[in-house]
Amino acid sequence: MSDIRNSNPDGQDFEPQISATGTDAVGLAAGGSAAPLPGEDKSYSQGQLVVRRFFRHRGALSAMIVLGIVIVVAFTSIGVGPIPGWWPKDYTLQYDKIGDGAPTWEYPFGQDTGGKDYFALVMRGTQFSLIIAFAVGIISTLVGTLIGALAGFYRGWVESILMRMTDVFIVIPLLAVAAVLGRMAGGNGILGLALVLGLVTWTSLARLVRGEVLSLRERDFVLAAQAVGTGAWRIITRHVLPNAVGVIIVSATLSISTAILLETSLSFLGFGVQPPDTSLGTLISEYQAAFTTRPWLFWWPGLMILTIALCVNFIGDGLRDAFDPRQNRSKD
Amino acid sequence: MTTLDISSPGSASATGDAVLSFEDLSVTFKTEFGDVHAVKGIDLEVRPGEVVALVGESGSGKSVTSMTALGLLPRNARVGGTVRVGDKVVGGLDGRGLRTMRGNDVAMVFQEPMTALNPVLTIGDQLTEGLQLHGIAFGKQAMARAAELLAMVGIPEPERRLKQYPHELSGGQRQRVVIAMAIACDPKVIIADEPTTALDVTVQADILDLLRSLKDKLDTGILLITHNMGVVADMADRVAVMLKGDIVETGTADQVLNHPRHEYTKRLLAAVPHLGSGPGQFGNVTPVVAGAGDLPALDLGKLVIEYHRLGKPTFRAVDDVSLSVAQGEIVGLVGESGSGKSTIAKCALGLIPAASGSVSILGNDLTKMRGKELKALRRRIGVVFQDPASSLNPRLPIGDVIAEPLVVHKEGDDKSRRRRVLELLDAVELPRSAFNRYPHELSGGQRQRVSIARALTLDPELLVADEPTSALDVSVQANVLKMFTALQERYKFACLFVSHDLAVIDLLAHRVVVLQNGRIVEQGPRDEVLHHPREEYTQRLIAAAPVPEPLEQRRRREARHALLTQLGDDVAELQIDEHYDRPEPRQNEGGNSSGLGGLMGGGS
Repeated sequence: MSDIRNSNPDGQDFEPQISATGTDAVGLAAGGSAAPLPGEDKSYSQGQLVVRRFFRHRGALSAMIVLGIVIVVAFTSIGVGPIPGWWPKDYTLQYDKIGDGAPTWEYPFGQDTGGKDYFALVMRGTQFSLIIAFAVGIISTLVGTLIGALAGFYRGWVESILMRMTDVFIVIPLLAVAAVLGRMAGGNGILGLALVLGLVTWTSLARLVRGEVLSLRERDFVLAAQAVGTGAWRIITRHVLPNAVGVIIVSATLSISTAILLETSLSFLGFGVQPPDTSLGTLISEYQAAFTTRPWLFWWPGLMILTIALCVNFIGDGLRDAFDPRQNRSKD
Repeated sequence: MTTLDISSPGSASATGDAVLSFEDLSVTFKTEFGDVHAVKGIDLEVRPGEVVALVGESGSGKSVTSMTALGLLPRNARVGGTVRVGDKVVGGLDGRGLRTMRGNDVAMVFQEPMTALNPVLTIGDQLTEGLQLHGIAFGKQAMARAAELLAMVGIPEPERRLKQYPHELSGGQRQRVVIAMAIACDPKVIIADEPTTALDVTVQADILDLLRSLKDKLDTGILLITHNMGVVADMADRVAVMLKGDIVETGTADQVLNHPRHEYTKRLLAAVPHLGSGPGQFGNVTPVVAGAGDLPALDLGKLVIEYHRLGKPTFRAVDDVSLSVAQGEIVGLVGESGSGKSTIAKCALGLIPAASGSVSILGNDLTKMRGKELKALRRRIGVVFQDPASSLNPRLPIGDVIAEPLVVHKEGDDKSRRRRVLELLDAVELPRSAFNRYPHELSGGQRQRVSIARALTLDPELLVADEPTSALDVSVQANVLKMFTALQERYKFACLFVSHDLAVIDLLAHRVVVLQNGRIVEQGPRDEVLHHPREEYTQRLIAAAPVPEPLEQRRRREARHALLTQLGDDVAELQIDEHYDRPEPRQNEGGNSSGLGGLMGGGS
């Protein structure tokens, strides 16, 4: 589609699927009738194009597979709530220690100082980290999109107020606020923490969306919608935001990996998930002293954090390439 | 190296060797849909002092062809065949060789002067860059040479201009700067890719005069790429017509334009609206039958529109404009860029507030309306914008795009909406299968049809069309205009038709309003304004519009020059004084000295 846009100063997209020349209406009649000629009708909707490009991005595809495996294993192995998993051991129970607790076939991730099964513990932590990450990703994306879209579309005083508010959120040290609020919301469990993190991490997305909306609102199709008498809300939700979806999705994946790291830092500092429950950050902070004597207690949760954050970042990369037609290089 | 005496043209005349030649050139792009064959084995030559026009519609491969001469294609392109610039084979050059060749042997004039110039560098910096890179002049000497170049292309006060930035110059002056940059190193051939497409007609005529005098006086070969048959008739010695990567016809301008042999060329020429032929070229425009008591569809009274700018005085874009459009009438609003014609159109749609004056639509004052009333009034106005690529939401399928106004005004149910959409698709001659397609799957003309269908969804009494055909190819434009006249006849809507193209207005409008700098210069019936203009500005405008017939165009050109002389203006041409020295490249860059030598073989 747009591979060679820069080489074609006519301002028209190069359209291999339908000849733009001379045929005009006839071209579509020939190429777009019920039974398209084989090989002629190679056109895709935008969604299909995105999916195609995404699946061609090898890094993103493997990251997606790895993340999928991590999610499935984390939730099925020890089960969720009352539903039991396939892993025979419980993360709350203490078992007889084998040797110094190093990984064995019986305990693949080893045992902690008290004899708990470390695999079950890490899986529990991974569950929590994933829940927090995705909840934060969704909340901050919603808030950021809403604020950015309103500011960008309405301009004027609405924009001033919303953007100054954003500036204030940006200058407050994130970790400190999250720590204090997280403590306060800690009583509501993991979702309280996720809510707090979501409410302080939307700022960068709001700015991105505002920029995107600022440019989209000048496009003719928005003017055309206004001229018909379309209301502001409908214009935003139907005409503007769908066109900004690339920016939004990419930013959402980045905020997910930020959330994982933020939760880890908070738990490491003791402000996040509180014992007896556990998260990957809590595990690391709890066993930081054991790093030299029982390194597996540090490495397993660390490895999980790294894997999840990397996977999410790769997926974000792939999505950005897939949504941005200018990224459309021919590598194959 | 010799110095060429410009007063006696070099003996390397039009019979000499080609300065630019393509032999069996083919270009293939690799895309994710497979290979796209953009150019399929063409042969073409440009000789010194000759203008060869490469004509074709968008996607025909004409720009790609020209880019091969500069070696400027993107990396996914594969080039076959031979491209020669002078005695160099472009395909055989490495990066360094290409850089030496560009500017020195072949230079480019781009379509859009605003983007061809770097906005953060002064004109002087950009002009001297080429001189210094090619070792022709340095420092003060280069600046002096740059000033000389600006004087040559007819820019007044060249020394002062050198310190200015591109945004401080007008569009025509910017294009003159781009031309000055192109001739800075005295190339043997200049590739002009749509050099006047982004310019107003009067400016276009000046730039064409300048290019013509450039080939006469410097004996440069010009490969002119254009889609405008009027420009071809005005400039070209020879013409090559491209269709889907093939050259289908070549010949002299007279042969091709007056006696076309190929079917495609004939079709292309028939599609060009001809200024002066009046209506009836693409279907009849019905005369207005206005009842005496009818309210005008649109009535602007002493309209003033101002743009408030932070820290600057307010800019008055439209000043004291009064015009009215009767029901069922098409009024053409003509003017050059910056004349405020689009601003008026947007104000008539209620998208921009009026500073003073009245905008009344079918007797209702738009400026005084709010909320529901305004929404109800908007039902009765349709709009078509210029750029079909940006006026359709890329995320909505065509069926949804056309049905959108019905949904907004909560009319009908899914079934009746669908029926209406299919009916409109038929009306704008699109197949019904377009219903589920997305805008990017359609060509420019098809998208504009969708745009028009959307405008007609609610059966508006007034249609505001802002340059609806200027982004389209001629044959597509002809189809769209044909359809437009048919639709107007059928639905009898009133229309404010904004355009810069006098020929389009000539075949469509009942009445014409000419705007300049936000004021009305002249208005009246089409026949009067376009064929017997009273005002000087209108005369200039009409004289500058080229027609696609070489002999008639020559006559018009001479008539225009006579008009300019009579009005006390200069005709644009390359100003070369007696002592003009052609630049001599330093010898330190191996390989580029022979190039100029070849051109100036017979110099004194």
